[in-house]
Amino acid sequence: MRALVPAWAWLIGFVAIPAGLLVAIGLASPDDGVPPYVLGLDFGNFAAILSDSFYLGGFLGSLKVAAVSSLICLVLGMPLALGIARSPPARRPVLLLLLMLPFWTGFMLRIAALVGLLRDDGWLNAGLGLVGVAPIPMLHSDFAMYVGIVYDYIAFLVLPLQARLAGIDPALREAARDLGASGFAVFREITWPLARPGVLAGLALVFVPAMGEYVIPELLGGASSQTMGRVIWDEFFGNHDWPRASALAVLLLVALLAPAILARR
Amino acid sequence: MTLRRTNFALPIGYAILYTPIALLVATSFNASRLTTQWTGFSWRWYVELAHDGKLIEAALLSARIAAFSATGAALIGTAAGYALARFGPFRGRRAFVALLGAPLVLPPLLIGLALLLLFVAAQPFVAGMERGALTITVAHMTASLSYVALVVQARLADTGVALEEAAADLGASPRQTFRHVTLPLLAPAILSGWLLAFTLSLDDVVIASFVSGPGATTLPMVVFSRLRLGATPELNALASIILAVVGIFVLAAWRLSRIARGGGHA
Repeated sequence: MRALVPAWAWLIGFVAIPAGLLVAIGLASPDDGVPPYVLGLDFGNFAAILSDSFYLGGFLGSLKVAAVSSLICLVLGMPLALGIARSPPARRPVLLLLLMLPFWTGFMLRIAALVGLLRDDGWLNAGLGLVGVAPIPMLHSDFAMYVGIVYDYIAFLVLPLQARLAGIDPALREAARDLGASGFAVFREITWPLARPGVLAGLALVFVPAMGEYVIPELLGGASSQTMGRVIWDEFFGNHDWPRASALAVLLLVALLAPAILARR
Repeated sequence: MTLRRTNFALPIGYAILYTPIALLVATSFNASRLTTQWTGFSWRWYVELAHDGKLIEAALLSARIAAFSATGAALIGTAAGYALARFGPFRGRRAFVALLGAPLVLPPLLIGLALLLLFVAAQPFVAGMERGALTITVAHMTASLSYVALVVQARLADTGVALEEAAADLGASPRQTFRHVTLPLLAPAILSGWLLAFTLSLDDVVIASFVSGPGATTLPMVVFSRLRLGATPELNALASIILAVVGIFVLAAWRLSRIARGGGHA
């Protein structure tokens, strides 16, 4: 049992107490001093957030970004996951390694690669120029933001999905085919229902981090690509309103944890 | 039909995945500052990178923070994973699992903000505590030790208790059993947990931005601020070097694991 002491101490000190502080400072009043808050029971922050359409917009923006990107990841990731799961077993580890390799090159540098692709004088516009299309501004738009999120997170969807798909007995599909089912009917009636847990796991692995994503909307998205991540960051670093930022963080925390807690019941 | 269609999906999917990276590597050798105007092969950006003291300093700081935080996360995470796999329903297990799981599901933004609040609140009570490399290391340990615990717990659940029980039956003390049976079994899991923690630390810009002080700027923080101003060709050179290093490591690990399994023609 002594092995647990350092872990308990660490988790209480650096997870439980900071979470408590987040709530406490969310209820504090902003101040000009150092640190910029006065502890108290000020529900003004939560009231202001819940009544201000700017914050609601940020929250809905995050929900939309997370939902749309996880669905795009599913649509693009499903063929990839099927392809990996149905490859010869000897080749599968190589394919998984190749899927994860870009992930190891560093998040910021993958974003740099996308900037080179999407900027006004970038590769995509150079390609469009070859077929006579004038350069289209793509960087700093919702489009660029979705490209960034999907590019960065699709592996998180493909990994659990292909693992699930690889576990499905191919005999089930063959039997359905022999009984006259079309390719699409086999997918709808056999593959999809059996893959559901993998689909849900993959969607969650994209949705949850996308919900709190800050860097991609900031670097690739436009001014209108408002998300909770950007709102909290700006309140904290821009307005130095720590209580407001903390209250927003508490609400985001609740929004992320509530489905997990409900799902467990 | 389904089979033929999915056969197309793989080459197309992987081509899309690797095209931005391939173009980035190509751009890093372009003499021109303009991304797509090829004016000739050049090491120019690598030379400029080598003279960029600020970037190199940040890279060294990041490597140090990553090594320390991964090691700390491996120590505490292994203990936590071992406890979960072997201690049964100990007191407070549910709370323990919840606290351990929180960093896995929370966005870095919340982890960074909450830990900054802690560091600021603790400042009057801890003599000489300043925000910087140490606070970033502590924050990265917190964010990554759950991953180590997860990997270690999974490994212990897979191996079962038979070997440990056999050692105990043969008269080994619990300490000897852990040292000579459990730990060697766990070594690959601890190593992969360490590597995961190391990359998480090297990749993080958000947590570090919150908990860092004026004296400590990590590599992702520098890259982030430069990307905000518009990408520079130097960053392409940096990315290409990291890609080459990672590629060599992965290839080496791949060959070693094939030799170890005895199945490859390495």
